Amino acid sequence: MSVSQTQFHTALLDPASAVPQGLCDAGAQPAGRRFDVYRNNVAVSLTEAMHQAFPVIAKLLGTQNMDGLAGIYLRQHPPTSPLMMFYGETFPEFLAGMQQLSHLGYLPDVARLELALRHAYHAADSTPIDPQVLAIDPEALMAARLEFAPAMRLLRSPWPIHAIWRFNTEDDAPKPAPEAQDVLITRPEYDPIPQLLPPGGADWIIALQGSATIGAAYEAAAEQTPDFDLGATLALLLQGGAIISLTEQGQDNEPTRLDP
Amino acid sequence: MLDTSRTNNQLPALPGVGYKPQHFAEILEAPGPVGWLEIHAENYMGDGGRPLAQLRHLSERFPISVHGVGLSIGGEGALDADHLARLKHLVGWLNPASFSEHLAWSTHDSHFLNDLLPLPYTDATLTRVCDHIDQVQDVVGRRMLLENPSSYLAFAESSWSEPDFLREIARRTGCGLLLDVNNVFVSATNLDFLPQGYIDAYPLEHVGEIHLGGHDEDTDDHGHPLLIDSHGREVVDPVWALLDYVLDRSGPKPILIEWDTDVPDWSVLRAEAARAQRALERIPA
Repeated sequence: MSVSQTQFHTALLDPASAVPQGLCDAGAQPAGRRFDVYRNNVAVSLTEAMHQAFPVIAKLLGTQNMDGLAGIYLRQHPPTSPLMMFYGETFPEFLAGMQQLSHLGYLPDVARLELALRHAYHAADSTPIDPQVLAIDPEALMAARLEFAPAMRLLRSPWPIHAIWRFNTEDDAPKPAPEAQDVLITRPEYDPIPQLLPPGGADWIIALQGSATIGAAYEAAAEQTPDFDLGATLALLLQGGAIISLTEQGQDNEPTRLDP
Repeated sequence: MLDTSRTNNQLPALPGVGYKPQHFAEILEAPGPVGWLEIHAENYMGDGGRPLAQLRHLSERFPISVHGVGLSIGGEGALDADHLARLKHLVGWLNPASFSEHLAWSTHDSHFLNDLLPLPYTDATLTRVCDHIDQVQDVVGRRMLLENPSSYLAFAESSWSEPDFLREIARRTGCGLLLDVNNVFVSATNLDFLPQGYIDAYPLEHVGEIHLGGHDEDTDDHGHPLLIDSHGREVVDPVWALLDYVLDRSGPKPILIEWDTDVPDWSVLRAEAARAQRALERIPA
């Protein structure tokens, strides 16, 4: 009696299903709970991976609830890649779809923040510009375009996700107040840092990512946020090593870089 | 069959350890008898950041063994071409001393199950595994080592013994073998055979690397011992004795200590490596 990998796979993910016939011990008796070793390996390793990937979600929910959710998630969304570093890509949508969690509306965005931190951690290395590169004629600066580091990430949420993240990862962080928050993730060296963006900062960065000039992006941001503080957002980007080139008008094919 | 002119790299016949990032500084400061390091390929398939920076640094000091855990060589479906390309990229970039994978499957219907799942030892499996190994060696451009699994159950349909199956794979594909001595001990206990008999039947001439790790103890439905390959504790004495049995017949080999869960302090791991060093030193010249 042969056992296909389809049968094995089905029985593996469904603990209630029968162990496929044709699996046995040395005496040809049915494998029984020997098969559970594989079931257990799959469930335990993937549950552990979810705890590592989403430590703040696990803290917010509690270990037992996180174990339970991870068990449901791994059966509904088994990994589709051997790169476990990115397991849980669909977890935010999964959380959003859980009715029992609808009173914790911020969970999906907190999960997105944790995913973004992991992506930033594994993103390609890059060399930031020397801030001196920005010390050009103001008019030329406004007409220039910026390129950002591959490790930079931007998240916008109607929830205070930065405050929630801090409250659950730092001692003495203030209690989150209900407000929308935009978060900038930079990776100055190897550790991603999530920082709260001032109002308008996300609009400015998104416009720049869409190839707007610094000046045009400023206008787009100021339209939404009349007192938009460009300097504060620029400082966060520079401190985080998130700007990797500045291209002045007319130099489109030759970004200005200072190589180390 | 692989062109053997591409098989020049080799690990030294010294103790090695599975690299864990928490040991980075201590490995560089006090490696003790550790002469090489093994990494799980999939943990170094990001685009950059600390994992690759640490690996670059370590590779300047130690020979590196790249050990894949996600290729699903025994899978009924085709190999994942994207994953194979990532392996080729990693091996090309790092030029490691060794590259190895498992006689197992882990992916089915595009689901990756994150475990090394067992195979029936039949002619059909043999053909499929050999085709996949040919493809891997062709794409990655070098000889690979194939590791024997830990078995918790058997397939009624199997018609080959595991040592004969591995010997035939090595003969057909030109691949080398990675002998996991703990896996032999675990499988022997679980499936009632003598581990020394397995070693006697196993083609030691193809071994490019040895693995040692700790296991847990459980029982099956009938109270029969059921050992579980957990890599979460010290290697037990009977497995060290089986290592001596192997080394007496194979001569010196690179020996890896695997410790992947409840990872201990560096001093504990280094002490296990020192024990492997003593096992190498006691081999009669």
